[in-house]
Amino acid sequence: MARIVYKEIGGGVGFFGLFALLALFILTGLASAWYMEHHGHIVTGMTNQIVWGTPHVFAVFLIVTASGVLNIASVGSVFGRTPYKPMARLSGLLAIAFLIGGLAVLVLDLGRPERLIVAMTTYNFKSIFAWNIILYTGFIVVVAAYLFVQMERTMNGYIGALGWFAFIWRLVLTTGTGSIFGWLVARQAYDAAVMAPLFIAMSLSFGLSAFLLVILTAYGFSGRPLGDQILNRLGRLLGIFVAVVLYFTALQHLTNLYASEHAGVERFFLLEGGVYTQLFWIVQVFLGGLVPLALLYAPQIGATRKRITLASALVIIGGLAQIYVIIIGGQAYPLILFPGMEVQSSFFDGVVGVYSPSLPEIGLGGGGVALALAIGVLGMKVLRILPESLDDALIDPHHAPVQAAKT
Amino acid sequence: MRAWHSHIPVVAMLLVSALFCLLQGADAAVSAETVKTSRVFVPAPPKGKGDKCVADTDYMRRYHMTMLDHQRDDTVHEGLRTKQFSLKECIACHAVKGPDAQPLTIKSLKHFCRGCHDYAAVKIDCFECHASRPEPGKKAGLPANHDEKALSTLAGYLGDKRQ
Amino acid sequence: MTMARASANQKPDKAYPDRRDMLRGLAAGIGLTIAPGVTLYALGGAAEAKAPGDRVTSKVRWGMLIDVNECADGCTECVTACSKENGWADTGNPRTDAQWIRKVTVSDPKTGATQSLPMMCQHCAEPPCVDVCPTGASFKRADGIVLVDKHICIGCRYCMLACPYGARSFIHEPLEDQKPHAPRGKGTVESCTLCVHRVDEDRAPACVEACPAEDGGAMLFGDLNDPASEISKRIAKYATRQIRDDLGTDPGVRYQNL
Repeated sequence: MARIVYKEIGGGVGFFGLFALLALFILTGLASAWYMEHHGHIVTGMTNQIVWGTPHVFAVFLIVTASGVLNIASVGSVFGRTPYKPMARLSGLLAIAFLIGGLAVLVLDLGRPERLIVAMTTYNFKSIFAWNIILYTGFIVVVAAYLFVQMERTMNGYIGALGWFAFIWRLVLTTGTGSIFGWLVARQAYDAAVMAPLFIAMSLSFGLSAFLLVILTAYGFSGRPLGDQILNRLGRLLGIFVAVVLYFTALQHLTNLYASEHAGVERFFLLEGGVYTQLFWIVQVFLGGLVPLALLYAPQIGATRKRITLASALVIIGGLAQIYVIIIGGQAYPLILFPGMEVQSSFFDGVVGVYSPSLPEIGLGGGGVALALAIGVLGMKVLRILPESLDDALIDPHHAPVQAAKT
Repeated sequence: MRAWHSHIPVVAMLLVSALFCLLQGADAAVSAETVKTSRVFVPAPPKGKGDKCVADTDYMRRYHMTMLDHQRDDTVHEGLRTKQFSLKECIACHAVKGPDAQPLTIKSLKHFCRGCHDYAAVKIDCFECHASRPEPGKKAGLPANHDEKALSTLAGYLGDKRQ
Repeated sequence: MTMARASANQKPDKAYPDRRDMLRGLAAGIGLTIAPGVTLYALGGAAEAKAPGDRVTSKVRWGMLIDVNECADGCTECVTACSKENGWADTGNPRTDAQWIRKVTVSDPKTGATQSLPMMCQHCAEPPCVDVCPTGASFKRADGIVLVDKHICIGCRYCMLACPYGARSFIHEPLEDQKPHAPRGKGTVESCTLCVHRVDEDRAPACVEACPAEDGGAMLFGDLNDPASEISKRIAKYATRQIRDDLGTDPGVRYQNL
């Protein structure tokens, strides 16, 4: 394999334009957080019934994506797939960037964000949330170390060991994120062990989609060569991940359907849940699952790049819908205070929760995405992250360039 | 000649007090009162009820936050309800009455806690949750007993030998 | 027994000082039938009034028994009393206003049978809110009262997701002029405190005191660990239910005739 040269991306008008745009979104996010903090959560769509809203959808999405985006590096150093190795640095950088973006949203949505220090100094070790605080901050440290040994030639010998460590850490991390919901016994929509593997599958799928969109944009922007071989390879992998997400989603609902105790919540999600049912079938399953599968496995549909770009974008949209349905739909379905009975009260017992995202919530969530991307862009600008070329011949000389020329 | 930056605090304070005067028309008199004759801006906290506080003024100035912090955990987690270092008692004893004969809240510059805290620019979080005045219409509590033993126990806890 | 129950739930102010007398009276009556050690415990230990300087102990477990048959549909006296005592109120935003206690109407769709009962923090022995709280702000006092330490609550609301009873509220707006004994503020989570400030003074919670049902009210407050307490005797004699007992949270609030 030819020597890979990593080089900072340039700083043309496009770069600064993009950066200014992201900065604008970040400022909007900060302004939203300040507004929510100043007036209290009354200015959001969140209530005493729907206690987690749009910020949490973005935060969980970014955190899940962060752990998944690291998978590219893991495939290279843990599973020894040489063609993935040149992308390991970018994978590590984006993992840190997305995690910081997600954490920022999560933290700025707190009722008392200024007490973050409390969350870092007083722990309840029985809480999976507290464990996640350690897992998230640890993830940043572990991945930063992993990135460092990749970039420091004298330390290259540690790549394998740290790669393994980071891989295990990210699996534990996503298990922890899924368990935030999986371990809640009170709610019908949660309380399921399948949440952990489902979240891991989601992370692989969303992370790879995000990675694909980033390299397509970065190489397009910087005019560096990006071969179709590598895209096709990643595309096929994405197809597998999308299928695995569909599999675990089916498992999640089929398990519930079998138990008559959960018939109510399944009827809600699959049939009568209004916006949640629509998001589930149309956006999550069809647009975010079946359409990408078709795009990724039917080369006759169109040019490689277009298919992969569209599939990745759809997976991300479907992923946001999926997390929206899990988090907000899961809370909208009322608590079962008395199984088999109908309840009614001034506190909306027995009633499907009403929620509509408010502007500050969307602003905060969007700010988190922009922060993640800005860290990624800045990282590529100042560090030697992005290979000068990901041309087919350079990545995998065993593949004949003839094949690549076809598309 | 004094270094130029030594004037910053004074200028800042004047600016801040000017700002307060602008923002709080009704309470403007207080800022004027505290500045009064002295060239140096010094807060003048109003006197509490009874003849003395639960500890010496010097001690209170330095350690009131530690006393409150220590007692708060004992009260919330272990149900300790002694009055000596209770925030509720501090508020009851140091309540300042407004023109309507009702105790003033932390919104007023005349509130006992505000004078010094504004002066020292130390933001207090207490009144985000705690009432900053005794319940209007209710008789304020009497000063708590001055339990010397409890005080010295606390001093020991704080590692302070001055008691 | 009726007499003792009435005295435990007497109307305002002199409700609780009577409790010891009542127990002494009871002990005099039943002392002979109980093992000496138990009698001693009931009198000298848990039932003794708590001095302000005493720390709470696990000898006591506070609980409540609600007789659903006595609880009138449409009556919200307990809710009003709680709101007045603790300073939470309807501000016209029903979805974001705090509700420490609410009346729930339960009906069986198959038979049409309908009941009404008060629902609040159930003060679980195994509270899910305490398990999930990242900072330990949600905690259970030694005497079984589940509280939020607002000094370290960061407002993440995970406890609200975890509570099977929907007992918790988040404070969505800035507040002022709270009750001095019931601090509450924007950005933190709160719920029924079982009127901990009253319990520490040996008084019953405001809701219990306010219940207008006949025969001393539909709500009985007492020490579940003290076999001589009225509540212990009642739950030993009659079948009672804990809500969502399938979850194993072992609530301190029990319901009779549900």
